[in-house]
Amino acid sequence: MLKTFKKGGVHPAENKLSAHAPIVTAELPKVAIIPMGQHIGAPASPLVQKGDEVKVGQLIAQSSGFVSANIHASVSGKVLKIDNAMDASGFSRQAVHITVDGDEWIDIIDRSPEIVKEIKATPEEIIKKVQEAGIVGLGGATFPSHIKLSVPPGKKAEVLLINGVECEPYLTADHRLMLEKGEEVLIGTKLLMMALGVTKAYVGIENNKPDAIGHLRDIAAAYDGIDIVPLKVKYPQGGEKQLIKAVINREVPSGALPIDVGAVVHNVGTAFAVYEAVQKNKPLFERVVTVTGKSVKNPSNFLVRIGTPTSQLIEAAGGVPEDTGKIVSGGPMMGKALKSLDVPIAKGSSGVLLFQDAEAGRRPVEPCIRCGKCVSVCPMGLEPYLLMTYSDKKMWEEAEHERTMDCIECGSCMYTCPADRPLLDYIRLGKSTVGNIIRTRKQ
Amino acid sequence: MDRLLHVAPSPHIAGEYSVKKIMFGVILALLPAFATSIYYFGMGALIVTLTAIISCVAFEYLIQKFILKTTPKISDGSAILTGLLLAFNVPSNLPIGIIIIGALVSIGIGKLSFGGLGQNPFNPALVGRVFLLISFPVQMTSWPVPKGFATGYADAITGATPLALVKEGVGNGEKISEMIGIPQHMELFYGHMGGSMGEVSAIALLLGFAFMLYRKIITWHIPVFLIGTIFAFTGILNLTNPEKFADPLFHILTGGVMLGAIFMATDMVTSPMNPKGMAVFAIGIGIITVLIRIFGAYPEGISFAILIMNAFVPIINRYIKPKRFGEEVKNGK
Ligand code: SF4
Ligand code: SF4
Repeated sequence: MLKTFKKGGVHPAENKLSAHAPIVTAELPKVAIIPMGQHIGAPASPLVQKGDEVKVGQLIAQSSGFVSANIHASVSGKVLKIDNAMDASGFSRQAVHITVDGDEWIDIIDRSPEIVKEIKATPEEIIKKVQEAGIVGLGGATFPSHIKLSVPPGKKAEVLLINGVECEPYLTADHRLMLEKGEEVLIGTKLLMMALGVTKAYVGIENNKPDAIGHLRDIAAAYDGIDIVPLKVKYPQGGEKQLIKAVINREVPSGALPIDVGAVVHNVGTAFAVYEAVQKNKPLFERVVTVTGKSVKNPSNFLVRIGTPTSQLIEAAGGVPEDTGKIVSGGPMMGKALKSLDVPIAKGSSGVLLFQDAEAGRRPVEPCIRCGKCVSVCPMGLEPYLLMTYSDKKMWEEAEHERTMDCIECGSCMYTCPADRPLLDYIRLGKSTVGNIIRTRKQ
Repeated sequence: MDRLLHVAPSPHIAGEYSVKKIMFGVILALLPAFATSIYYFGMGALIVTLTAIISCVAFEYLIQKFILKTTPKISDGSAILTGLLLAFNVPSNLPIGIIIIGALVSIGIGKLSFGGLGQNPFNPALVGRVFLLISFPVQMTSWPVPKGFATGYADAITGATPLALVKEGVGNGEKISEMIGIPQHMELFYGHMGGSMGEVSAIALLLGFAFMLYRKIITWHIPVFLIGTIFAFTGILNLTNPEKFADPLFHILTGGVMLGAIFMATDMVTSPMNPKGMAVFAIGIGIITVLIRIFGAYPEGISFAILIMNAFVPIINRYIKPKRFGEEVKNGK
């Protein structure tokens, strides 16, 4: 029996249309728009000014707090302006706009195609490199990675989990990365293990990627302490808590962090970025992005410089299909619908998804028939129908008591609901209000 | 691009379920039982069922349109289902007028007076049935003897249900092993007995159960716990005195236990929301059913038992919560 998490979960149509499309390097944009807030936490503060010449890999914005991350130029050229631009969240935020000129990289980056296997860095050096390189969780959570590597006093990391689950339908960026950069991903894993001081790492991969499982298994034979774990296909297995449950059968308690059960989770994309940062001196300024959709001419996986406009990638995949009704940054379950195609690719952009008009709208809301399906699919063991009612009636205390804050916003409840009730919309509202109440109470 | 894009928060895809699909799924699951009831009871079954369905849908439409002044929503199939279930809970020779009254009570009082689909605390078909049972006790308890199309409708030959026979016999001090006219287990299993239309054939109902499980319309919990409880309870009684208490197989194959457990107690609107709650609910129905059968005034009791436990569903939902993730820290530090 394949491992998986036990409680809840759904299995939407996988639609991995671009699974066989090798990673292609996307063209450089004419102007790169690099947002300052591409991670959870405080936006970075710009170090460059209008008119400055920058090179690829140059630090252009500095981490501005404990939870924050550095940002580097992804292109070479001249800073056009520092001005607000709309990002995937739909808000206009500060960004550095660079007019592209050539492709000149800073000298210290090792651009040779060789794979550097030998690890010279000490754990401290690894963490420092990860921090300097501006690496954040590339699975979409965008939490600064160096923080997860610095285990707080009193806690102890026992195992490292590498998330190669890619449980969102459509997305294939991690899949391709494991196939094409498997060795690098495992060296990155080794670096992360050293940084954490653990001797055991598991790479969890869903069973719909047998080629990636086989490939990594072959390579992993040469790496002590790294096991490849095939998992049953079930959404949201890529959720940290679900992955930990699936692979090592530990449950992270409500309000606690993975480290509280001795686990640290990083995405395969992050492991690759760590390899590049430590072994190749290359900061994080490009990533793999899947561009896909049922009507998209060539569903593709691109290696994209941060700041490239979404529209350019869609063009490269064959243009916007006639019947497009919605464009989403990320996967269909947790991604964000874009208001504009000028939105630039950021560190957390795993995919661009074009929905046909017919699939784009929501179905009309019907009364709750109390079928309990939302309850049975909730991976956190919550009662979504009830949390929605509490939000609707502004019963915040009750919502908190029923653990609304545990919701991981996976969308399984709303996906399943036969009455098409906007459960997650209401739960999000409840979470933000209850979150505020909890914060004021603590002050 | 000058196209207008949809912008809504995630999730951006929806699953295959819809209210309509679920309702028609249950209706489909009831078709084998419908077929057997026509096979056993002939024309009467057809007339009663069609009358019940048509009047339920008509009342739903008329009340929503003219009294509640809302847009009628008969297309979701829920009124058809209520009609079908109501028909399955009455004898196949019930006069049309009485069926129409039952439909009015089911839809008007059982469902719409509480605010419509999803709001009603009690199973609407059972509300209608119990109302009829109390108002028309004679017509509601004269059960046609199954003779296929020879059964007729208005002129059907009627007889008692096996449960009523046993109850009456035991009441008169007879021994079960010496009673005559009690069907064999296999006959009960196929449905060759007197009874309300849908309750007679266990095999047809189980077929429907399998279908609903396969389509993930319901889960196994309520039927299994309910039937299991009745089996265990009557089994213990039977062991204490087999001449006074009928055997457990007899109990679960008669008096609508199968119909109640598979189709009535599993009604989503009026049953608990999580498996633990469902178990409590089903065990409660099982115990009450047996108590009514053995000690109460009616030979069968599952309709009352379901309605009684329906009343407890809000309390069950309130106090019996699903197991939260992270509640039990397994191997955790
Ligand atoms: S309540 Fe939250 S965690 Fe549970 S299914 Fe819905 S979105 Fe997922
Ligand atoms: S899935 Fe939808 S209809 Fe079913 S109980 Fe939950 S909210 Fe109600």
